[in-house]
Amino acid sequence: MDSDRVVLDEADIARAIRRIAHEIVEKAKGPEDLLLLGIPTRGVFLAQRIADAITTIEGVQVPCGALDITLYRDDLRLRTVRALESTLIPTSGIDGLTIVLVDDVLFSGRTIRAALDALNDLGRPAAVRLAVLVDRGHRELPIRPDYVGKNLPTSLAENVRVLLAEVDGADSIEIIGGGT
Amino acid sequence: MSSQVLKSVHPFGEEAVDIVIDDGLIVAIVAPGSGVGDVIFECADLIALPGFVDLHTHLREPGREDAETILTGSQAAALGGFTCVHAMANTSPVADTAGVVEQVWRRGIETGLVNIRPVGAVTVGLAGKQLAELGAMAQSAALVRVFSDDGKCVHDPLLMRRALEYVKAFDGVVAQHAQDPRLTEDAQMNEGVLSGQLGLAGWPAVAEESIIARDVLLAKHVGSRLHVCHLSTAGSVDVIRWAKARGINVTAEVAPHHLLLTEDLVASYDPMYKVNPPLRRLDDVTALRQAVADGTVDIIATDHAPHPHEDKDCEWAAAAMGMLGLETAFSIALLTLVEPGLLTWRELADRMSIAPAKIGRVSDQGRDLAVGEPANITVVNPRARTVVDPTRMASKSRNTPYAGMELPGQVMHVFYSGRCTVRDGELA
Amino acid sequence: MQHLLSAADLSTEEAVLILDTAAQLAEVTDRSVKKLPTLRGRTVVNLFFEDSTRTRISFEVAAKRLSADVINFAAKGSSLSKGESLKDTALTLEAMGADAVVIRHGASGAPHRLAASSWTGCSVINAGDGTHEHPTQALLDAYTIRRHLAGGTGDLSGLSVAIVGDILHSRVARSNVLLLKTLGASVTVVAPPTLLPYGVDSWPCSVSYDIDSVLPQVDAVMMLRVQAERMQAAFFPSALEYSRLYGLDSDRFTLLPDHAIVLHPGPMNRGMEISADVADETRSVIVEQVANGVSVRMAVLYLLLGGMAEVE
Repeated sequence: MDSDRVVLDEADIARAIRRIAHEIVEKAKGPEDLLLLGIPTRGVFLAQRIADAITTIEGVQVPCGALDITLYRDDLRLRTVRALESTLIPTSGIDGLTIVLVDDVLFSGRTIRAALDALNDLGRPAAVRLAVLVDRGHRELPIRPDYVGKNLPTSLAENVRVLLAEVDGADSIEIIGGGT
Repeated sequence: MSSQVLKSVHPFGEEAVDIVIDDGLIVAIVAPGSGVGDVIFECADLIALPGFVDLHTHLREPGREDAETILTGSQAAALGGFTCVHAMANTSPVADTAGVVEQVWRRGIETGLVNIRPVGAVTVGLAGKQLAELGAMAQSAALVRVFSDDGKCVHDPLLMRRALEYVKAFDGVVAQHAQDPRLTEDAQMNEGVLSGQLGLAGWPAVAEESIIARDVLLAKHVGSRLHVCHLSTAGSVDVIRWAKARGINVTAEVAPHHLLLTEDLVASYDPMYKVNPPLRRLDDVTALRQAVADGTVDIIATDHAPHPHEDKDCEWAAAAMGMLGLETAFSIALLTLVEPGLLTWRELADRMSIAPAKIGRVSDQGRDLAVGEPANITVVNPRARTVVDPTRMASKSRNTPYAGMELPGQVMHVFYSGRCTVRDGELA
Repeated sequence: MQHLLSAADLSTEEAVLILDTAAQLAEVTDRSVKKLPTLRGRTVVNLFFEDSTRTRISFEVAAKRLSADVINFAAKGSSLSKGESLKDTALTLEAMGADAVVIRHGASGAPHRLAASSWTGCSVINAGDGTHEHPTQALLDAYTIRRHLAGGTGDLSGLSVAIVGDILHSRVARSNVLLLKTLGASVTVVAPPTLLPYGVDSWPCSVSYDIDSVLPQVDAVMMLRVQAERMQAAFFPSALEYSRLYGLDSDRFTLLPDHAIVLHPGPMNRGMEISADVADETRSVIVEQVANGVSVRMAVLYLLLGGMAEVE
């Protein structure tokens, strides 16, 4: 029988985001020259929440954008064609900035590989970091996150679903399927 | 020659009889079961009709033997229930001299499956400039009586007048392909809303109707006999009806496809539906069926137009115009005229045999089924239903628009001058 | 979508998706690296039976920006009398492993034949067929109109567009009437009666013979190329008379509302259907149409080839 388990609730998610915000500021030795780039759809909202948290902590606005990686995916031909999402980059470009890619779930690493390719075509950042709300393991590429909200060991039969108030009406993280 | 008996056959769908054929003639018509002969054809529930006569066939030989030959065209005709076909003149070389028509006529006799009556060209090379030697063709062994530039219209009014007058000397008839060339430059399909949408140059009904109107007035003026090929519009029917009401000596034909198919099929851009004159609207189809029923349109003529695969397996504009007709004509007539109750079997025999033989002046065809008459007989099964399979056709070409359609009726046995050319739906 | 043959095949949702996708892809044009890896390994064949350098180049740039391999196949001199060359060419391209064929052909319906035939399993994109359709031109026109007059998003509801010129022979007009209607705009075609197709009154548009009464009502006016040769076939008495009655000159330009834009699919006959000064007006978006053409064609290529093949 399948089982859907809520593993993080709204408060857990808020805590995880605050911690990530702290770590980003700490590691960057200040909020200057930072750019948070969310990967659509939920990564964009997470990036905004992290930026807001940094504002609360440091009292400065960190620029925030979106990076659609659809056109760089390596699995386009395995699925029917996908609609494109917005890419929002500061008009001054990304050269010299420290970019933090933000996504909801880190799994195979292929999305991040595509994001790195996309960034490569947009300019030359000083550094690229990776923040994810959930790391569920099962990497297929040599990619690791710099900031993790929650490590969730899963089986391949399971699915992790991140729900955010901005799109889904409420915050939660669930593990779906894979039960006995 | 051994005698043959059609057992329990229904002439014109009427009371069953036995018909005995011997020495090319019908020698006896007797009560069912009492006919005696050497070869027996069990014909219970089958209908006997006089062998069909086609006034409008393209046999392509000489010149386009890749599309059809006199042999394959004759086989297709026989399988379609025909015992006589008129071979159109637009061959290569054009049948515009006694030499060419005699050649076609001789090949017909050698083949021996149907009576092949060559049609002579009206003008030299179908060019519409100068009269062909109509008299020489009429006096040749082929005894040509039907003259036509079919494929092209005798557009010059003076030339048309002269042709109409000239053929009176030998009781000939001009069969006009009514198509104003200027109004149909580059025309690809019926002109209407659909042609505008599909971006295909339109072929207005008026291009046909205006020529027919002119020709019936010319025929009236010079007191000649006129035949109009392949009517395709309701307006053309109106003009013919008007002319006949005034006693003008005009006859008209309709092709089977114009009794069934409409222009909507062109939306597929499949050149199988490209034909001259083009497929028209449902209103035209309805008017044409009604006109055959009331006799305004005298005959059904196939306009059998074979084309090799490559001339249809291409884009619309590049494709050749025309459809096969011989092997499906009876089924289409049954479907569109007899089954809906528009024609009786006797009337169908008139439209497909008796009237066309009269127009073509073929004295031994289109006769009654009576003792002493030449044994040109087609026996059909009206209840059979068959799916049209182009690969099974005898024609050398495959351009039938009915592929895959289930059609009613099957030609079972055909006798041409007493010779059985088709038996049980197969060439004998 | 497997093919793009006719604007009539597009639903409102599909048309808006193409325009939205084009808008996303347009950003690529503004950056230094103009190339995306999306269609790497895919082969797009430009199969042009008619000369059209601008359309071919537009498709070529679009395909290359998506990293597709491009084969240009100019079948020049393939006249209608050699009609079978369409089939033979298609078989050749199929054997070469083409994924999409962009076809320009003088015969209306040739792309439909290609798509419906067993000659090839490629996606077929109609780049203009005879006097039938030119759907990507209509899409780029709609994209341009949307950018200027509808805030760059959604459909074209409430907008009024006039298409002026040789409607009879224009594939651009046919595709535009269909697509603009699908996107919610109201369309008026304006021409002398001889240059309107039979049955135009049943098209989803209004019809007018009088350009001066139409111009004050429109948000956009699209001037079609009129070939002076048409007067040989008695469509109009002289180029001068056509220009006087239907040409967009600076006097007529003042009849347009201040916000209205002028489009032309090109190539222009300056002095015939459009005067040189109007063509160079800031509200003439003719050059921009060319740039938008690349974005729209990238969108079409992506949406046709960017996913797995649809099983029909």
